[in-house]
Amino acid sequence: MMFARGLKRKCTEDEEAAPSYSRQRQSLLDMSLVKLQLCHALAEPSLCRSVLIANTVRQIQEEMTQDGAWRGAAPQTTGRAPLDRLVSTDLLCRSVRDGAGDGPAAPAPRGLQSSIWEGDGPLEDKGSFQKSLDQILETLESNTPLSVDELFSDVDSSYCSLDAVLTGVVGGAQSGQDGLEALAAMAAPAPSTSCKSDLGELDHVVGILVET
Amino acid sequence: MFLKFSLRSVFNGAGGGNDIQWCFSQVKGAVDDDVAEADIISTVEFNHSGELLATGDKGGRVVIFQQEQENKIQSHSRGEYNVYSTFQSHEPEFDYLKSLEIEEKINKIRWLPQKNAAQFLLSTNDKTIKLWKISERDKRPEGYNLKEEDGRYRDPTTVTTLRVPVFRPMDLMVEASPRRIFANAHTYHINSISINSDYETYLSADDLRINLWHLEITDRSFNIVDIKPANMEELTEVITAAEFHPNSCNTFVYSSSKGTIRLCDMRASALCDRHSKLFEEPEDPSNRSFFSEIISSISDVKFSHSGRYMMTRDYLSVKIWDLNMENRPVETYQVHEYLRSKLCSLYENDCIFDKFECCWNGSDRSHENVTTSQSHPF
Repeated sequence: MMFARGLKRKCTEDEEAAPSYSRQRQSLLDMSLVKLQLCHALAEPSLCRSVLIANTVRQIQEEMTQDGAWRGAAPQTTGRAPLDRLVSTDLLCRSVRDGAGDGPAAPAPRGLQSSIWEGDGPLEDKGSFQKSLDQILETLESNTPLSVDELFSDVDSSYCSLDAVLTGVVGGAQSGQDGLEALAAMAAPAPSTSCKSDLGELDHVVGILVET
Repeated sequence: MFLKFSLRSVFNGAGGGNDIQWCFSQVKGAVDDDVAEADIISTVEFNHSGELLATGDKGGRVVIFQQEQENKIQSHSRGEYNVYSTFQSHEPEFDYLKSLEIEEKINKIRWLPQKNAAQFLLSTNDKTIKLWKISERDKRPEGYNLKEEDGRYRDPTTVTTLRVPVFRPMDLMVEASPRRIFANAHTYHINSISINSDYETYLSADDLRINLWHLEITDRSFNIVDIKPANMEELTEVITAAEFHPNSCNTFVYSSSKGTIRLCDMRASALCDRHSKLFEEPEDPSNRSFFSEIISSISDVKFSHSGRYMMTRDYLSVKIWDLNMENRPVETYQVHEYLRSKLCSLYENDCIFDKFECCWNGSDRSHENVTTSQSHPF
């Protein structure tokens, strides 16, 4: 099953190679997970949209299971930091490594930073992406459980609460860096074959999807 | 506010997209880059005669335009639309239990058939439906015997003659007043309202439930469809639109995010969880992608005036269904097939979740497509 061709990969390098299908699929999965967690407004997110995204995630995960691709992925062989990869992928599936050849010599955080800020990422609004990043980190740092069912629960929309949003935005500038490094440190051991590790709440979400 | 009127054009039954000619016959509002968020139009609806056009915006306002009476000399040209009435229909609210805002954005407007000089419409945001009466006043009483013109009572000793007030013409004033407020019946966001052919009842649909109301009764509604699973983790499908049949007051349809349409008969049971008919087109395997389900989600469903057909709008196409045939539509029109190769980008920027509406023209033989996008002014 081929991917819609709309996904563009923007590289600082000149290489024009199209990303492999499984990397595109992984990127789509990451994007979907981020979409499920974010809320850009104080009002309730659309249930229809959330359901459609969650179904997409399940589809991807089912296909990955069939392909045998659903495991902690082996470390990247190409050694490049694809700029459309999102934070969650890096944290989940890759050990700390040297990212793209450019940039300051620091491990994963630098690779992540470069992916966020360099080039014309597919995201139009980098400001909102940074805010989104902060929100994810805030969520990961807090102990609020994040599960797909909570997205649809009637009463508890705590993941959208004003407090979480504001804390994430305000504390973002400082905690962002710390959060990245702390998580990168946790990711230092070789990734386990199962994604049900203690890496963070994002794993919890992924774990639920695997079991679904 | 930013509104364009398009000249009516047709899809011929046999033909396809090449026969379409669109142009703008009237443009209202500023064609600005700086459109205020609150001014973005979220819904439009003509009344039954087409003389009035109601628009709802994100700021909770309703603006009604009225068509000029056609010039008798130039009877072939369509009259222009001018602002007739503006009122604030919904205000933002706060749900303290969930710590969430309830948006004042108007999701849908539906006109009631006109019975007397006044016009009535239903407008709804995510949670509350309101019945508005729009009436004209072009006369006022003058010449009170006991009162001055400004309303103060005259000194009784100065009253020496009997005088009956008379109505004198005044500048036209259009007043909108809320007559009914139908609240607290929806846990999820209302996406549709539809007035029944009995002109006494109407339905309102949210993501998981459909309720039946009587226009006179605001403190009670009947739940007629409930697709909420016992365990919300199992939720995979939501209701996206619903409409009553134009002639059978017991029949309605609702569409889903999986591209299905269910027709229900209220005589069969009080809770219409089991459909009478299920309309679904089998998926085209050659077009399958991770986005197939999202683009199959139906954003609008409308019966033809005859009641024999219904039109559905999904992300890329418009389909015409014959109510007698459930397994596929009788006609399909690709509205913007060129977007199919861009689905990933559209998913990324959320545009793939935009909802479009559709409607029939008066004669049912051909149909128009009027589309409003969820997030962009049209």
